[in-house]
Amino acid sequence: MNKRPSSLKLLANQIGYQNRRFRRNVMAAFFTLAFPLMFLLLFGALFEGVDIAPGVEVAAAQFYAPGLAVFAAVSATYTNIGISTAISRDEGILKRTRGTPLPPWIYVGGVVGSGIVLAAFGAALMLTVGVLAYGIEFDWANLVPAVLTFVLGVASFSLLGLALASVANSGQSAPALAQATLLPVAFASNIFISVRNDPPAWLGLLGDIFPLKAFADAFFACFDPFRQGSVYEPWLLLRIAAWGVLGALVFWRKFTWEPAVGGPTRSRRRR
Amino acid sequence: MPTVVVENLVKDYGTLRAVDGLSFTVEQGEVVALLGPNGAGKSTAVEILEGHRTRTSGQVTVLGADPATGGAAFRDRIGIVLQECGIERELTITEALNHYGACYTRTRPLDEVLELTGLTDLADRRTHQLSGGQKRRIDLALGLIGDPELLFLDEPTTGFDPSARRQAWDMVRGLRTLGTTILLTSHYMDEVEALADRVLVINQGKLVAQGTPDELRAGIADTTLVRFDQPANGGTVQELFGDLTGTATAANNRIEIRTTNPTGDLHRLTDWALKHDQELGHLEVTRPTLEDVYLDLIGGDENE
Repeated sequence: MNKRPSSLKLLANQIGYQNRRFRRNVMAAFFTLAFPLMFLLLFGALFEGVDIAPGVEVAAAQFYAPGLAVFAAVSATYTNIGISTAISRDEGILKRTRGTPLPPWIYVGGVVGSGIVLAAFGAALMLTVGVLAYGIEFDWANLVPAVLTFVLGVASFSLLGLALASVANSGQSAPALAQATLLPVAFASNIFISVRNDPPAWLGLLGDIFPLKAFADAFFACFDPFRQGSVYEPWLLLRIAAWGVLGALVFWRKFTWEPAVGGPTRSRRRR
Repeated sequence: MPTVVVENLVKDYGTLRAVDGLSFTVEQGEVVALLGPNGAGKSTAVEILEGHRTRTSGQVTVLGADPATGGAAFRDRIGIVLQECGIERELTITEALNHYGACYTRTRPLDEVLELTGLTDLADRRTHQLSGGQKRRIDLALGLIGDPELLFLDEPTTGFDPSARRQAWDMVRGLRTLGTTILLTSHYMDEVEALADRVLVINQGKLVAQGTPDELRAGIADTTLVRFDQPANGGTVQELFGDLTGTATAANNRIEIRTTNPTGDLHRLTDWALKHDQELGHLEVTRPTLEDVYLDLIGGDENE
């Protein structure tokens, strides 16, 4: 009698499978990786160095590359997981998977694991381009806090991506819902433009409520050239984690494996 | 113990009773068909047996387990071919089979599955490049990759052209010779006759008849059907029907008489027609087909 495949092996298979599907999906790859990279190059062309004191200049990219790395990571988790899971549900792939002996949590683990791998790749890409093309600097002493902050952030945004797939009623509404929630918040969250100095009250509030600014600021702390002492931001990390818990709750309560009855995708699948 | 035992199965969706006290068994190695019109409750019943749906009440045992609580160990032993279930468009057929195969304890060799489903030459193609019939074959291949003891086939050929249907039937017959127990649903009488050892006819959630195709036909074997166009003078025909031994029904300007005394009834009919100078247009005298048996059982509302 053969033994059932081990959970670890199944999980590794699932992560590899999701990564392979992502690599072969041009649209997903574009929005997750090319889009943030485009912003990085665009900002690089628009902004030059910042004089922080007579004769001392810091590359402007030092301020926006970490934020764009966070944006890439959030695209790879929140947006990518939310959209791809909703589409997989519409197409009946989730239902098919539920009919196999694969434990459901391993499927979900594969989705999240793959999102985190992609997020790490996207963020590393932004920062590498930042270092090579714009000369941003990183103090390697901050490596551990940077990695821990990053992992907490992508874990929370992965759970929010699952929550997005839970509330989106079709694979067609998921992209709209993802962009409509992410982009406005991104403008209030030190991603595209800095709102560090005296933003309008409502914009500041928008940034303070949602977890993106917390993630961007906590990650930027590890790259902040003026920072003294510990680079951990406990309150920001707590805010990120709280949103992750909220995402997990929505997922737990609302997620379904079956396509909505009579959803718009029946015609779509019969291409 | 039979492979499938269903006793008094009930499933309600709100106020709608989709499955209404269904009971049946499937023995090991048997090919059993659930036959019924759309909305009869076939798919709901099968999805409960697969573990995809919970039941409202009743007992269900599949391979010795309760599908609702059997978990991974139960799903390791079954294969499911659902209606309209998508396949990852980013993967090739081989990749999809390997991916799903990795979830099972036992797998049927890849080459064998490709061969059985006629996909050997397409194995390295991406799934989105394939036709509907080819995709349905991948569905079947994915249902077989875990070397199931019991295979569920939910309307395996709906939407197929005639030659694709024949091919699919050959595949299912091939599986039967390999000893796989199969529970299939269909709303095609000819499909059921071609594939099933035993037929369960379901209508409005209830079992209305069961048996081999021959046994079902035997139920009205001594009946003859006499059909003709409604004569112009309908009122007089109504009077006549009282004298016939068979029962008459009228639909779409045709009269159909089911009789066990065809000679006598035909004589009375033609006698009446000559006396009243009426023509029995397109007069037919036939034996009932299995299709007639089926339509009879489900009350003729096949086209809902």
